[in-house]
Amino acid sequence: MRVSLFITCLGDIFYSKVGKDTVEVLERLGCEVDFPESQTCCGQPAFNSGYQENAKQVAKIMILAFEHSEYVVAPSGSCISMFHEYPSLFKDDPEWKGKASDLVDKSYEFTQFLVEVLKVENVGAFFNGRATYHRSCHMTRLLGVKDAPIALLENVKGLEIRELPNCQNCCGFGGTFSVKMGPISEQMVDEKVKNIEETEADVLIGADSGCLMNIGGRINRQGKPIQVLHIAEVLNSGNWE
Amino acid sequence: MPMKIGTEEFNSRVEKGINDGFMREAVRSAQGRLYERRLNAAEELGNWEEWRNHGEEIRRHTLENLDYYLEQLSDNVAERGGHVFFAETAEEANTYIQNVVKKKNGRKVIKSKSMVTEEISMNQALERIGCEVIESDLGEYILQIDDHDPPSHIVVPALHKNKSQIRDVFREKLGYLNTEKPEELTLFAREKLRKEFLSADIGITGCNFAVAESGSISLVTNEGNARLATTLPKTQITVMGMERIVPTWEDLDVMVSLLSRSAVGQKLTTYVTGLTGTRDDGDGDGPEDFHLVIVDNGRSKILGTEFQEALHCIRCAACINVCPVYRHVGGHGYGSIYPGPIGAVLSPLLGGYENYKELPFASTLCAACTEACPVKIPLHELLNKHRRRIVEEEGMSPAMERMAMKGFQYGAGSPVLYKIGTKLAPLLTTPFVTEGMITNGPGPIRPWTETRNLPEPNKERFRDWFRKREREAKTDG
Repeated sequence: MRVSLFITCLGDIFYSKVGKDTVEVLERLGCEVDFPESQTCCGQPAFNSGYQENAKQVAKIMILAFEHSEYVVAPSGSCISMFHEYPSLFKDDPEWKGKASDLVDKSYEFTQFLVEVLKVENVGAFFNGRATYHRSCHMTRLLGVKDAPIALLENVKGLEIRELPNCQNCCGFGGTFSVKMGPISEQMVDEKVKNIEETEADVLIGADSGCLMNIGGRINRQGKPIQVLHIAEVLNSGNWE
Repeated sequence: MPMKIGTEEFNSRVEKGINDGFMREAVRSAQGRLYERRLNAAEELGNWEEWRNHGEEIRRHTLENLDYYLEQLSDNVAERGGHVFFAETAEEANTYIQNVVKKKNGRKVIKSKSMVTEEISMNQALERIGCEVIESDLGEYILQIDDHDPPSHIVVPALHKNKSQIRDVFREKLGYLNTEKPEELTLFAREKLRKEFLSADIGITGCNFAVAESGSISLVTNEGNARLATTLPKTQITVMGMERIVPTWEDLDVMVSLLSRSAVGQKLTTYVTGLTGTRDDGDGDGPEDFHLVIVDNGRSKILGTEFQEALHCIRCAACINVCPVYRHVGGHGYGSIYPGPIGAVLSPLLGGYENYKELPFASTLCAACTEACPVKIPLHELLNKHRRRIVEEEGMSPAMERMAMKGFQYGAGSPVLYKIGTKLAPLLTTPFVTEGMITNGPGPIRPWTETRNLPEPNKERFRDWFRKREREAKTDG
């Protein structure tokens, strides 16, 4: 199966290890992974700030980048859910709207792809630790991917998952919200960190780098001994040689 | 109380909310309680998604045919001896209500809970003509006694106050001498209010839903105060937003099922009252004179626009009860009697962007509101539509931000520029990095690093690693 990786801008710039782990897990499960070089960002920073015209130009670049892909997989539910906005962005432009819908139809968040397309819930990973999982809002609510990451984590040997109090609440990232509404965002992420601490987990796992950058950035600022990992990093842990 | 509360700027309102520990604890515990109760009530009913779909259909159908149902309602109210007045503006509504009160020589009005009367500042209008207005909903009563403290929630208006604060208000204003026990506080208010009910000339109520097919109004309450307000006084005035209508009693059944579960997690509230027309010969109680005031006040301008779904709202506050932003800033932070996600959608529509341009941005678009809404209003999408309008049509966004977004369009809209930009990122940020982290970032990064660290950009981007690996594989092959 041929899979085009959409690394996302955060993945490309800040979290290349997440990308590497995503590639390795997919390859181990028999996928042939390519990386369309002209991909950039999903356009969400502009779209969610009200700048839809600016977002449109970026969306076109992404549609073209993956035009010939069979499947598109990204280690982010939020960025894939942004693809789902493309058709409405081009609602007055049938040609681009059609292309946008094609992209939506073949795009998957990483854990969604493993469970729904590859039908794999156990990747054979081993990770020794006590963790809690942050369910990202866009991934669970907009993309509707709730159970896939949990199923995958439950099958990781050695991993104990602690339930996160108030897990339904947003971490306070919200893209440009985090800088436009700094004081509110701070309260939100502080409560999230407090809830994570209450679980006594050593590791926070998430499936979206935006949320993890926010929560991790706050944890790091406060000097808390909690490791922050993307689910791809956990699923690629173990003795593979 | 007008729709807009206070004159403070958005940022200082938010700061005030964040620093109000009592309020935040009250909101946190209420959200926790209501969240569980709502989910349990929905699960107990079963097929919740089907109920939501049905509710959405009823609201959509009603709003798409609003003119038809309003006419039907109006005809049926008139047939049962009631008077109907369509008020295009708040002023028109208030003038009509003032005239009814004057004609009846009304000195005292007893009210049950109504957000639309807050929206049009009806109480003040009546006080201007020398009429005393008493709120009989316990929460509203507390706020009224406390020098007209504005409501911070559309279902639980005094949510921001805890019981010891309520005791203090009663002590200071009414000479209350007992403890902060809710039972004692309630009993005290009940005795005070009973006297008011008995001496009021006019009862004014809101309306959860008017039923078009019979010209009835329905009231959903837990305190029974609306029943007293509609049975004791000889004159009853009901004020409703023009969208608060259902075609049939069967539809009302669906809406009330959704409303009581979504609002307070109850199967049914203690009282669900249906009232049709004036007192008939032989009726033991009920008003001799009934007036239904249907308020537009900006609603018809929303019809037919991309925001029409905002009019589907049934005022259950489920969106408010799950909102993580409301959780931290509280209702007063929104500066409108309509707070939370629905408030951030509705307030700019009814009160203008000049008053409420920040509200649509005070959301992470996490969609908890959309998920909770019993009639499936896509609240987070409507918030984003506001953002687009504010930026692209109203031109109200800051110039620096517009430039940054233009930059984003060029940067992320060109694979070449994007590659150059991401390649340069580590170099540009190097001076700010300590131990792999940026803790005090320059320019646009600063607001981020005020509260959080930012990881340094990777020296080897993902794409560099991928290409290198591909090349190596080829050489090896």
